[in-house]
Amino acid sequence: MTKFTLPFSGIGTADHARVGGKCASLGEMTQAGVAVPTGFAVTTDSYVAMLDETGLRAEIQAQLDSTDFDNVPSLERSAQAIQIRFRSHKIPAAVEAAIRDDYTAMGRDMPVAVRSSATAEDLPDASFAGQQDTYLWVVGADSVIEHVRDCWASLFTARAMKYRHDHDLGQIDVLMSVAVQKMVNAQTAGVAMTLDPLTGDRTRIVIDASYGLGELVVSGIVTPDNFTVEKVLMEVIDRKVSDKHIELVPDVAAATTVEREVDADRRKAQCLTDAQVIAVAKLAKALERQNKCPQDVEWAFDADLPEGENLVALQSRPETVWSQKPIEQPAKSFATGMMGMVGALNNPVGSKK
Amino acid sequence: MDAKTSMFPSAYDLKAPAGAEGWEDLYPYYLKFQPALREKEDQKFWFCDSQHWPNPFKPFDAMTVEFAVKCLGQYNTRHYLVPPANGVDYRIHNGYVYMSPIGVAPELIEDRVPQFMDRAGHYFQNWPSLLENWHKKVKANIDEMEAISFEKLPDVVPVEWVKDGVGLDNTTALSENYDRMIQLIYRTWQYHFEFLNLGYAAYLDFFGFMKEQFPSIPDQAIAKMVQGHNSDLFRPDDEVKKLARLAVELGVAEALKTGSVEEALAAVQSQPEGAKWVAAWEAAKDPWFNYTTGNGFYSTDKYWNEHLDIPLGYLRNYIERIEAGETIERPMDALHAERDRIASEYQEMMSPEAAEAFQGKMGLARTVYPYVEDHNFYIEHWSMGVFWKKMRALSKLLHEEGFWPTEDGMFYLTRNEVRDVIFDYGNAWAVGGEWAGPTHWPQEIERRRGIIDALATQAPQPALNNPPEVITEPFTIMLWGITSDSIKNWIGGDEASEGLTGMAASPGAVEGIARVIRNPDQLDEIEQGEILVAPVTAPSWAPVFGKIQATVTDIGGMMSHAAIVCREYGLPAVTGTGSASTKIKTGDRIRVDGNTGQVTVLS
Repeated sequence: MTKFTLPFSGIGTADHARVGGKCASLGEMTQAGVAVPTGFAVTTDSYVAMLDETGLRAEIQAQLDSTDFDNVPSLERSAQAIQIRFRSHKIPAAVEAAIRDDYTAMGRDMPVAVRSSATAEDLPDASFAGQQDTYLWVVGADSVIEHVRDCWASLFTARAMKYRHDHDLGQIDVLMSVAVQKMVNAQTAGVAMTLDPLTGDRTRIVIDASYGLGELVVSGIVTPDNFTVEKVLMEVIDRKVSDKHIELVPDVAAATTVEREVDADRRKAQCLTDAQVIAVAKLAKALERQNKCPQDVEWAFDADLPEGENLVALQSRPETVWSQKPIEQPAKSFATGMMGMVGALNNPVGSKK
Repeated sequence: MDAKTSMFPSAYDLKAPAGAEGWEDLYPYYLKFQPALREKEDQKFWFCDSQHWPNPFKPFDAMTVEFAVKCLGQYNTRHYLVPPANGVDYRIHNGYVYMSPIGVAPELIEDRVPQFMDRAGHYFQNWPSLLENWHKKVKANIDEMEAISFEKLPDVVPVEWVKDGVGLDNTTALSENYDRMIQLIYRTWQYHFEFLNLGYAAYLDFFGFMKEQFPSIPDQAIAKMVQGHNSDLFRPDDEVKKLARLAVELGVAEALKTGSVEEALAAVQSQPEGAKWVAAWEAAKDPWFNYTTGNGFYSTDKYWNEHLDIPLGYLRNYIERIEAGETIERPMDALHAERDRIASEYQEMMSPEAAEAFQGKMGLARTVYPYVEDHNFYIEHWSMGVFWKKMRALSKLLHEEGFWPTEDGMFYLTRNEVRDVIFDYGNAWAVGGEWAGPTHWPQEIERRRGIIDALATQAPQPALNNPPEVITEPFTIMLWGITSDSIKNWIGGDEASEGLTGMAASPGAVEGIARVIRNPDQLDEIEQGEILVAPVTAPSWAPVFGKIQATVTDIGGMMSHAAIVCREYGLPAVTGTGSASTKIKTGDRIRVDGNTGQVTVLS
């Protein structure tokens, strides 16, 4: 059965292929009781309808046939052309109606984020997430519909096309879903990894945090505060407070986000309380347990929500670097029983530092 | 390091403070740095054990370090043949004790392994039954000490003795009882270490295994996995809590709130349910009030039994807190569940083979660890409490007979000089002449008092001479928390002015007002919510741990009493900062981070 849209709360396991990795994860989190901003997925069925009902598929195919993937200018020209083709077609009426209905159900003129949720994007071994566009602070059904189409078009950037070409993923066969999610009015936001990204140490949760929306943290434009939490004891064991010079905040009137200088007195202050750091760590740990592997979690404290309920997960996906490595066994084998004790006495741990 | 300048001074260059000249004569010859041995002694690294002995010894009290450290050594060297470690050598210098662990020559270690495995292995395999026997032995010593009393010499030998043909006089029991007391406490100190070194060895094995599995695991996480929670060490505090709860239930709380101990008990007795409460109070005293606010190593340590105002003060505080709706009892089920959660979460991160080894090592560590906590009640508190009580009685007797002008005079004599005094007392009594003591001792004790007071004006050095490249001696690391890193801290410690670093001994971070406590008599100054800052703490300070937010100490490692009690009470602790109690002033606002070991003075 064709489903053009699916609310996060209604995404079942069977739907995972047509909502993409990000929406599937948002659906799972929502259903597991993790606080996630509400929203819905525009499924790959919508994307397929767009390709098939508008003649776009044939147009893209024709363009691809004439593309030299090893020639950068040719690739760039093709990408441009395909993206222009996307914008020259109206979204099929049935798809548009479904988006309009689900959007309206979220509340009148609800500001939302429109993000890609490609079906290949979040595969654990294909770390090219973030290649498709994300649109923040989108308001009004017309604008949402327009940005959904832009998301689809972003599947055809030169870089993404080249990647798919090099990895034999196919071009039109890679389908895209789009997440439409309530915009978080982020006071602070960032990323939490349920292992130490520098060492792969799974006893640690490492959190980057800064003011405003998390995009500046993810893109590396701001040096975030960095916290290390011991995963079992749930204690902050290290904190590095940085100079966080800018923040990404909503410009409600212009229905967009703007970068703003952070006031002098907040710049060098720790942006999360220790209690908030622990709350983020607990959220990340719960997501790791739920997904049974180390996670990379985007989170935010939403200024519109009451204290204690204001921490939301925006995304959780498998950590891709260390997860690929086999669990390293300690180099030294361990002796048991009395021999173990003799070893410990002859070579006590404190002496090795 | 320049070959000529040591990292720490030589004992031979450390002069006594003014007024303390002649201190050497107060301690046995074998405990001093002998002038003729300078070259040898300066080759060794000595660290000051101010964790157990923070104040200069009175001559009699020096016995505690002799018995404790000798008996620690015998088990490593002669009982179990711990492969790499003999005992710990020790000297008294300027009133403080300095320790130097004696390792085993590398070529001899191998030969000791089979003997260690046979001897120590037997203890690990038969731990519960041997420990049961230990309790019997220790209790028998306590009972025997309790039964001993010192009687003034009568005018004449009892006529019954004469007619029964006893053939002995009253001095016999006096000198025999004194010798017996010394022998009993000497035996008790041997028992103290019968299990302790093995307990630390098993813990060290588990600790090392965890560090290898998870190089960044906090020490305190490892400690938390084996901690027992219902240790006898915390029973006295739990008993006071129970009494507070009972007082509220029986409606006698109001009567307890004012007056001296006698007045409060009398007021309770007059209440309808009062007799029931007083009976519970009396029952708790034996043995749980054999508990000191000190550490058991000083003749001046105050024991609850002899200072009932101390537990009563804690009791009053607990009553207030119950009435304010607080839960004062420790959440034992939650603590146990937490301990198991921590263990299982680390285990989940291990390979199956490692998890199996983990179960074995943690199992043994959990079997032996309770002793590490419990023994402290039975030896330092109960046994030493009875010992000091009897010794104070003897000192008082001889004071009343005119040997010294104050009740505590005897403690300015060495234990062997006390034998002489007892002989003098009996000798002149027998011959019908005059005691020499009353003319000899008063001014000599006064002189010695002056020396001890002068020694106390000067703090000890953290260490002497040069440390080895790496500290490898397992018990130094475990008992005293001394590692190559911590030694660096002692040296660098004085330079960083706004921050102090110590061991992250119990997790959590808080900010609050500091209260510097230099001796247990100040404990009642502590206000709710303050941060306790002290040179060293004793486990018996537990009742104030309900009031405070965190603890910072100058001295002590992961297994120090402050660390154990803080983990038990869920309070952040930073231990071994070196100088927190002098750098921080009462009233300072400080931040204590028990996760990183950082202490910061905020204002």
